[in-house]
Amino acid sequence: MDNVSVIAIVSIAAAAVCMAIGSVGPAISEGRAVAQALGSIAQQPDEAATISRTLFIGLAMIESIAIYCFVISIILIFANPFWNHMVAVKPGG
Amino acid sequence: MPITPDQIVLWHWGFVQLNATIVFTWIVMLLLTLGSWLITRRLNSSDEPRSRWQSGLEAGVELIRSQIREICPAGSDTYLPFAGTLFLFIAVANVLDIVPGWHPPTGSLSTTAALAISVGVAVPTFGVLRQGWKRYLEHYLRPSWIILPFHLMSETTRNLALAVRLFGNIMSGSMIAGILLAIAPLFVPVLMQALGLLIGLIQAYIFAVLAMVYISAAVQREQEGAQ
Repeated sequence: MDNVSVIAIVSIAAAAVCMAIGSVGPAISEGRAVAQALGSIAQQPDEAATISRTLFIGLAMIESIAIYCFVISIILIFANPFWNHMVAVKPGG
Repeated sequence: MPITPDQIVLWHWGFVQLNATIVFTWIVMLLLTLGSWLITRRLNSSDEPRSRWQSGLEAGVELIRSQIREICPAGSDTYLPFAGTLFLFIAVANVLDIVPGWHPPTGSLSTTAALAISVGVAVPTFGVLRQGWKRYLEHYLRPSWIILPFHLMSETTRNLALAVRLFGNIMSGSMIAGILLAIAPLFVPVLMQALGLLIGLIQAYIFAVLAMVYISAAVQREQEGAQ
């Protein structure tokens, strides 16, 4: 198996695994954060606006971890420097 | 396929390239400044009848100011231009995505990095303006001098996170819409576009609020010192 095939296979597999594993942690944490926020709103309905706003800010910060994984996957698939180098050296792959 | 508007080159003369990011940023700048100039040309004070555009603009400014006041009660007028401009620029750039042919300039890492760099420069600037050099630099050593490298690293990574968060959210929105057009053309891309609009507004709010939180953390030390 030559270098070009190895790079292609590993890039595709890595992109899929990165997104699969990387979205588990943020999903679980966001679920727990929303559950806690709902409990807090049930205990103090007057503060619902503040709690909702803080919840959204926290969710965005947690989400950014999943976004980092997504960006890596997209780069591996669409803007892969190793693949581009290989195709430039040997056009037609 | 182009994942960022940087890769769409609209014009080049010589070695200078004009890519889509720059052009759409200019369009957003033009819309914001032209709109504000048109509305504020003849401002009426509270006992004269106001146009609805002026009322709308006042409502928007008061909304942003009240949000800033909740984060940093003393600085709602000082930091309003900076945080308000961040929010308005990012919000307009993202919401105009429903116009066909629009490529949000915030979908390019260059734009989001520039915005994050301006926040990274503004936070120490406001801190020094409020507290003076000595006090501000001392707060890096505050719990103990051992914390210094972690403090510096956390400042760097939170600016980096600002840039990548906004870029990732907006780029993924436009890319998902493009991919779904090839797979399930009729209704699903419309839903994803709607989700993209919501995410665009939320990310604009998050960016501005985080910038405000960092600024208020940097200017807040003097209350702790006074106690």
